[in-house]
Amino acid sequence: MINSSSDNVKKLNSINRRMFITGTLKFLIMTGIVSRLFFLQVKENKKYLTLSDKNRIREWKLAPVRGEFKDYFGNIIAGNFEAYQLHVIPEQVEDFRYVIYRLKDLLDLSDKEFKKVLKKKNEIKPWETLIVSDNLSWKKFSKINNHLYDLNGVKPVISISRNYPFKENFTHVIGYVSQANEDDIENNQIIKKNFVPGIKIGKIGLEKTFENKLLGTNDIERYEVNAYGRRISQLEFQKGEKGKTLRLTIDTKVQKLANELLKDQAGSICVMDIYTGEIVAMHSSPSFDPNLFVFGISKDDWQVIRNNPMKPLVNKTLQGNYSPGSTIKPIVALSALENGIINTNFTVNCRGHNHPLELYGQTYHCWKKEGHGFMNLRNAMKQSCDTYFYEIARKLGVDRLSETAKKFGLGKEVFGDLFDIEKKGLIPNTIWKKNALGQSWVLGETIITGIGQGYIQTTPIQLCLMTAQIGNGGHKIYPKIIVGDNNKVSPIDKFTPLYKDSKNIKIIQDAMFASTNEVRGTSYRSRIDDTKYQFAGKTGTAQVKKITKKDRELDLKTFEIPYEERDHALYVAYGPYKNPHYAVSVVVEHGGNGSTTAAPMAKELFKLTIDRHLLRQSINDKKYLDI
Amino acid sequence: MYQQSRLNQNSSNFFQKLKDFDYVLLFCILLLGCISLGTMYSTDGGEILFHTKSHFVKLIIFTFMMFIISFINIKFWFLIGHISYLIVIGLLIWTYFFGIKSSGSQRWIDLYFINLQPSELMKICIILCLAKFFHRKKLENVNSIYTILTSSIIILLPMGLVIVQPDLGTSVLIAISGIAVLWFAGINHKYFVYTMITFLISLPFIISFLQPYQKLRVLTFLNPDRDPLGAGYQIIQSKIAVGSGGIFGKGFLKGTQSYLEFLPEKHTDFIFTLFSEEFGFVGSAFLLLIYAVIIFRIIAIGLSSRSYFAKLFCYSFGAAIFVYITINMSMVLGLLPIVGSPLPIMSYGGSSMLATMAGFGIVMSAKIHRQQSIA
Repeated sequence: MINSSSDNVKKLNSINRRMFITGTLKFLIMTGIVSRLFFLQVKENKKYLTLSDKNRIREWKLAPVRGEFKDYFGNIIAGNFEAYQLHVIPEQVEDFRYVIYRLKDLLDLSDKEFKKVLKKKNEIKPWETLIVSDNLSWKKFSKINNHLYDLNGVKPVISISRNYPFKENFTHVIGYVSQANEDDIENNQIIKKNFVPGIKIGKIGLEKTFENKLLGTNDIERYEVNAYGRRISQLEFQKGEKGKTLRLTIDTKVQKLANELLKDQAGSICVMDIYTGEIVAMHSSPSFDPNLFVFGISKDDWQVIRNNPMKPLVNKTLQGNYSPGSTIKPIVALSALENGIINTNFTVNCRGHNHPLELYGQTYHCWKKEGHGFMNLRNAMKQSCDTYFYEIARKLGVDRLSETAKKFGLGKEVFGDLFDIEKKGLIPNTIWKKNALGQSWVLGETIITGIGQGYIQTTPIQLCLMTAQIGNGGHKIYPKIIVGDNNKVSPIDKFTPLYKDSKNIKIIQDAMFASTNEVRGTSYRSRIDDTKYQFAGKTGTAQVKKITKKDRELDLKTFEIPYEERDHALYVAYGPYKNPHYAVSVVVEHGGNGSTTAAPMAKELFKLTIDRHLLRQSINDKKYLDI
Repeated sequence: MYQQSRLNQNSSNFFQKLKDFDYVLLFCILLLGCISLGTMYSTDGGEILFHTKSHFVKLIIFTFMMFIISFINIKFWFLIGHISYLIVIGLLIWTYFFGIKSSGSQRWIDLYFINLQPSELMKICIILCLAKFFHRKKLENVNSIYTILTSSIIILLPMGLVIVQPDLGTSVLIAISGIAVLWFAGINHKYFVYTMITFLISLPFIISFLQPYQKLRVLTFLNPDRDPLGAGYQIIQSKIAVGSGGIFGKGFLKGTQSYLEFLPEKHTDFIFTLFSEEFGFVGSAFLLLIYAVIIFRIIAIGLSSRSYFAKLFCYSFGAAIFVYITINMSMVLGLLPIVGSPLPIMSYGGSSMLATMAGFGIVMSAKIHRQQSIA
């Protein structure tokens, strides 16, 4: 018993000693755990809070609301509408085949459309958004929404899309938007930043030029999601900024008239304010409906546009290089006057086709078979006598001519960087020919340059600017198409005189007046006698091929010549003559004769534009803000 | 007459026993129960759903059971030490052949009203059994080959039966419970050192015998970012939950990690993570304090017990509880690889709670019958 109790004491001592060791150990381990907790929860709290938020918060970007285009009077010419779309991210769909066939049923997709969707699916990566349908009707959209329980991974999206209410009228000015491709996204950081699947960006025209201003920023929705990515609640809605709305100087009425006038013809019409340089109308025909491009153009539509022989895709106003023909004559005459080559009394005898001007074996004919007889400057302009201008061009020389022409805005881009497609045209001189062609200038080339043929090429907008600057008394203006473009400081040389002697401008103006408003003037038939509308202009008929002897003998009427060989009809004018405000240039491709085809169009344009002048003025004075 | 006095003795005994109850321990256990209920309520997303209800019912039943156990004389628990061990061994063998298979392991047996996990019971029974085994041993006999071999077999047999389920976590916990008894019983330090060394040397071989998913867990523990969406997901999300809790936590029912289902197994092994996310460092430290008090009380009871068996049981059970808590917490805090080990009382799971509560009951019985000597 004693033995046992002493053993018991020993045992108790042992167990208590070990208990003490264990207790110490426990305390240490407990401290370790508490310090680990402290480390995670207090010291590294920020890091884990961020991670936790990253876990639970997902952002959804919505398509930014694109800025609109308005015309001068505030009418929307490129607006937005809500497009109902259907997006699928293939990666998130469990059974893609099932879903896609279900959608095919629900949307009544044709086999062709269905194949297109499948093809698109194969082209994109599984985590990219597949846009099954980009412009659903409300009915189909709601139908899909009703069946969503069955369509895991299908996302109905209300997107914002472009709408061009005036269809083809403004296509060549504002361009169109279409879905952004990879290059667009890569090359533009702003697009990249605001990218959402199906975003539309400007592809040509002002839509492209002002992409960054128009685009706007995304609405951002922040949702709390669970581990499976299901949205639980909306935490925040961050309203994006709508893109800037741009107001154009264009008057839709005039623009529409321009479109009607050029219906079924290829050509261009420009109307410009001769003081402010505001473009009132700028149309290139034929045009096309930009709405076709918004959701991607169908193959058929594309073929129709592409194969049209009148080339609707070419912006003739800016890209069309035309020989100016007789419309260059005011500049030739002005140059001759300015350089003191001639005075108003200088006379040339035009003796018709039997006695053409001969130079080194080449003959140069006037357009009039019988000849004009003795011509002074005013008469030569009025009747567009070629022989007279051959003579003064010969005396003037191409270098002096080109100098004046360039002063008046020919040979360089009218809008600067505004349109990347704009062509420069070509005002030749001796140095240019040597550099470009490696040949010396030939006198004969000077002579035909005098009537706007040969190397010389101008765009319709340049002709309009040229005429505007003659019309405003020879002062430099800068054409513009956006109202209140604050970024552009008005250039210091605005309104600087382009002449040496203002009398010379008066002489040219008077001659252009005669050409339109006096008997035997080339555009006499298109005159308006009412001084309110009376305008002064110059016709032009640009040959597209050299006139052979045989042609001259045949002397065919325009409609008897094949379309491609007909002359371009041109007309430039400004008005009203007494108190000029607007300049017009009309170019009708293969239109035959400037006086019969182009000038009557100008007459219509002047009527409408001048009728609307007061209204336009009043907008400027901000009298009627509510139009 | 005799009967009368016995009856009297009994009734006075009952009030005496009630008076002798360890109220600090009881209070802590009940407080823990309440906290666990609240946490379970939170895992159900702020609604009283299946887990909360079930946990509540179990808590009530097993607390009641704990009272019953505590009123039964410690002598009785001493008596059934070996038998209970053998019964649970039997159950484990039964499990091996007829157990319910679920998610790749066979751990449960169907008792019609409850799915019992015998391996959890083994955590207590092995302590009972070994405590009884060493109670009789003289100190000089403790380090004899016979004793060491017998006790090793007592530990290794259930371990083996649990490993084949397969359930590495529980078998480790069983082993630790057993080893705790051996340690307190006075087995020479050198044996522990030898075992440790042998274990470390054989570790590479053990790893090569591990199941692929277990190997993955070890690798993931070493570098959780190895496969953040796969094997590392649990530990990363768990750390995020705990870390984002901060000092005061996100607030009750506001733990985003659990509420949005980023947390894995939030009802069971990762319940501490959820608690910690919602109540922060302060709450977690408080929870740890409760556990510390519980363990402290268990040791204090052991200290005041007269019988060696009761002492041995209390110390070992205290150590075992401590190890369960430590392993669970280290696991969710990224200090240990993921092994399935529940947090006592807090985690959802009947068998685990049954075992823990039974343990508390025996400890309580030791307190009430602390003057009881066992021959």
